[in-house]
Amino acid sequence: MRKTISKVASMIYGLFIVLKYAFKRPITLRYPEQKRKLAARFRGRHYLTKWEDGLERCVGCELCAIVCPAQAIYVKPAANEPDDMHSHGERYASDFQINMIRCIYCGYCEEACPTGAIILSNEYELSATTREELIFTKDKLTEKYPGESGRDPRREI
Amino acid sequence: MLVLTIEVLVKGIIVISLLMLAAAYMTFMERVVMARMQLRLGPNRVGPFGLLQPIADGIKLLSKESFQPANADIFTYWLAPGISLFTALFVFVVIPFGGTVTVFGHQVALRIADVNAGIVFLLAFSSLAVYGVVLAGWSSNDRYSLLGGLRGTAQMISYEIPMGISILTVILSAGTLNLTEIVEAQRTHWFIWTNPISFIIYMITMFAETNRAPFDLPEAEQELTGGYHTEYGGMKFAIFFLGEYVNMLAVSAIAVTLFFGGWLGPWDIPILWFVVKVFLFIFFFMWVRATMPRFRYGQLMDFGWKVLVPLATINLLVTAYFILVVK
Repeated sequence: MRKTISKVASMIYGLFIVLKYAFKRPITLRYPEQKRKLAARFRGRHYLTKWEDGLERCVGCELCAIVCPAQAIYVKPAANEPDDMHSHGERYASDFQINMIRCIYCGYCEEACPTGAIILSNEYELSATTREELIFTKDKLTEKYPGESGRDPRREI
Repeated sequence: MLVLTIEVLVKGIIVISLLMLAAAYMTFMERVVMARMQLRLGPNRVGPFGLLQPIADGIKLLSKESFQPANADIFTYWLAPGISLFTALFVFVVIPFGGTVTVFGHQVALRIADVNAGIVFLLAFSSLAVYGVVLAGWSSNDRYSLLGGLRGTAQMISYEIPMGISILTVILSAGTLNLTEIVEAQRTHWFIWTNPISFIIYMITMFAETNRAPFDLPEAEQELTGGYHTEYGGMKFAIFFLGEYVNMLAVSAIAVTLFFGGWLGPWDIPILWFVVKVFLFIFFFMWVRATMPRFRYGQLMDFGWKVLVPLATINLLVTAYFILVVK
């Protein structure tokens, strides 16, 4: 008898626990309107950054393409002409493609890069209607102006 | 005679459309209430605060493909949802929503029919509701549906008995079978104060009668995919759904009428108190659903036959003793 009463009492107690939760703040994030605050080192889409003077950091060494475990990076290097300088080195990347569907966002390319050209930004909203749209080419990857990606253009690497 | 016919027809149409609207918005309310209790937000995209969600759901269900399983018993397959909704709606014929009001200088009683044996009628129709479930389960030609239908039948039949006995005590206390007179008999004190055990038994059986959690065995998603309405889609499924929600409204309305003084309350506002009380019951249904896990089939039968039936019988005897000897 005592056992039955305690069972019934715990059922009623359970009801009130649930009711208490009804007055708590929902933890749902209304996604397109509200966005989660990301960690500073969150790895999102890539950027090819620029120096402060507007020249590209990438020197076309292809280390990122070599280290990439998903083989998502394609770099086509070309030599810099004295009257048409793209970067501070001898070479620059005349074409640079990243397949955003293959990329696993591991950040090895960022680690391998000797000039700090390729970085992974905080942007994670990478959706498209076709596969081709998700192969980012050089014009899409390169910063429009130094510091667009949020990294300091004066940093060494 | 003609005036009476028109009055009943108008009242019937108003009640049916209000019930349909209420059932549609109960689905929305249930989703919001459940979501809040689980720290979620619930539907809030369609219209302001998601208020147009039931309409969007209705459009979706109407535009679904109409199909029927192979080797289904076609006639009963199409009839079963109708039975479910019809029996649920029919209960509202005898429920009094309020006293009498004057509309355009015409005395209108706020009930569709004043049946002198209203409670017997209620019990009869809540028993008939089992046909919707069992026929749906049988005619779908599917093992899940059949299991769900059988469970539903066993459950509804075994919980009908304590429900009927607990209602008998109310009849004893009121000394009448007429629902309007039962409400009038509660002017001084509600029957929940004199018959609390009957109310508790009725409350438990009312969950079983409507197949709601924690007694939602006939449609247990985890074991039976959808129970008796596994093979129903689109509007046929929606009718089962409406039937379930109208049934919730019906048993809540009966509980309010029998134990909570129906439309009576402070000040003489026609329908308000009835609606408020029914709404609290509906909220209770959702609250319990958010809390309680489902009973096992054996536990359900044990509880029904070994606890509720003896308890209800003893309660009936005690009430009868008090009515006969003490009064």
